[in-house]
Amino acid sequence: MANIKVVFKVGDDVSTDIIYPGRFMATVLPTETPAFAFADSAEFNRRLKSKEIPAGSAIVAGKNFGCGSSREQAVSCLKGHDLVIVARNIARIFLQSAINLGLNIIICPAIQAEEGDELEIAGGQVRNLTSGQSYAIEPLPKARQAIIDAGGLVAYTRRLLLAAKP
Amino acid sequence: MGMTYVQKLLAKACGRPQVAVGDVLEPAVSLAMSHENGALVINQFNEIYQGTGREAKVWDPDRIAFILDHRVPAETAKTATNQKKIREFVAKQGIRKFHDIRGDVGGICHQILAENGYVRPGFVVVGTDSHTTTHGAMGAFAFGIGATEMASVWTLGKILNVEVPGTIKVVVKGEFPENVYPKDFILHLIGKVTAEGANYKVFEFHGEAIRSMSTSGRLVLSNMSVEAGATAGMVPPDAETQRYLREEAGVQSALDMFGPDPDAVYDRVIEIDVSQLEPQIACPHTVDNVKPIGAVAGIKLQQIVIGSCTNGRLDDIETAARILKGQRVADGTRLLIFPASWRIYREAMKRGAILDLATAGAVICNPGCGPCLGIHQGALGDKEVALATTNRNFKGRMGNPNAEVYLCSAAVAAASAITGAITDPRTAAVASKGAR
Repeated sequence: MANIKVVFKVGDDVSTDIIYPGRFMATVLPTETPAFAFADSAEFNRRLKSKEIPAGSAIVAGKNFGCGSSREQAVSCLKGHDLVIVARNIARIFLQSAINLGLNIIICPAIQAEEGDELEIAGGQVRNLTSGQSYAIEPLPKARQAIIDAGGLVAYTRRLLLAAKP
Repeated sequence: MGMTYVQKLLAKACGRPQVAVGDVLEPAVSLAMSHENGALVINQFNEIYQGTGREAKVWDPDRIAFILDHRVPAETAKTATNQKKIREFVAKQGIRKFHDIRGDVGGICHQILAENGYVRPGFVVVGTDSHTTTHGAMGAFAFGIGATEMASVWTLGKILNVEVPGTIKVVVKGEFPENVYPKDFILHLIGKVTAEGANYKVFEFHGEAIRSMSTSGRLVLSNMSVEAGATAGMVPPDAETQRYLREEAGVQSALDMFGPDPDAVYDRVIEIDVSQLEPQIACPHTVDNVKPIGAVAGIKLQQIVIGSCTNGRLDDIETAARILKGQRVADGTRLLIFPASWRIYREAMKRGAILDLATAGAVICNPGCGPCLGIHQGALGDKEVALATTNRNFKGRMGNPNAEVYLCSAAVAAASAITGAITDPRTAAVASKGAR
């Protein structure tokens, strides 16, 4: 994987109300939700919308990223900008929806990085090229690999459907 | 080896004699619930069937519930169009557990599922709403999922990749003092455990204070278990569960009553004596930022909200009405009442509580989720401060990132409405009226 740049750093317990404020929930299409990603973090939202941020850039987060509501818009809005989430850990519903939609998430319990740092992900580690430190990646639950390999839950469920008797 | 309640439930659901923590299961789903975000589920469901040459039919229309509650009646053309799409879908699929925007059968999804007896002990319940944990109060394993996960459930009738969760046993001892409620207890527990302290685990509630608690109170505990990160918050069913389901929810079929094994193995046991518990407040901007009321009493309030799936039931509204009867909501403070369902609203009308509240200056709103997440009525202005009986106080939650939300019980909310500031319901002016 190419080097990825940290474009936004957030703390612990970043809720889905921060990632995708409730007032935009009537918008559901993955083609439309990216406009409201981090809508209340005005400067980051502006940078996303103006395409200043290249695909494959990273958000670095603390513990319990994506806690709160089950709204899937909080995942699809980040996926739409092709962001990578590197978090100390991730709340349950957000983690599952990220796997289902193919959002690139990396659980890295000890990660330390600042905005502007360059990261390299290889060999089960996140290497912070700016600080020279490396941090272990916690693998995603094994049972989820089939969904990831299928390209997401829609494709995976379709495969199970076709395998079943009509 | 003995099994916890959720282990036994999942073993039964999967037809296995034994399951261990971490086992990956695919249990059949007893009930699958969606609200307005079902519009997205419908898109994903159709996407699954795209190109398969098969007709997109849900696996079992009788196991799907649809409730319109988030933005009711619709506030924009976009919402109305989403709701119209849902009506067309439920008609086409033959889904009968559909609760439209109506004064007879409408309300907030979690209250609707409970009061209609759609959930029973032993059920596996999934909902496209994180507060689906509510239904653990009736002995179900109930949890929130995303829209695409729900589309998969509608297709397959089972939920993929459920890891059997570890269990935190919560033993609640003692008797609640006057003016202290289940809401105060769950806020205290979340403060103690933290917002991520129960991630990927379930709470199992026990103890004399749970046994003597009404289902209405248990629904509060299960509802807010997710705020500690718990996958579910479960009360093993007992005589009160049976009473509620038979007498209030109209369930006639047999109930599968069971409990954890006596030698069940728990990840952790937390014992809390509520007999000395004070009213608790969750302070901005996280639900685990919990303080006893004395630490924040006197903070001025521009809006107070009593309602939601957490604390909008008849006992909450009657508590508020008892405290506010003959009193007046302070100038400069708005009091909004959002009953959890129209059944509750009508009963509160009959008993006079609604009249007492409106006479005191409260605004009675439609049953619905709106103000809790800032999407339909009750938005806050810049730098305003709100006190609410709802379940979340995240930044921006009540529609404005430049406002603050505190969380509390209905008694604290009502006492505070009189003064316009956070007020302890045990103070002399309101104590005699607030007592249960």
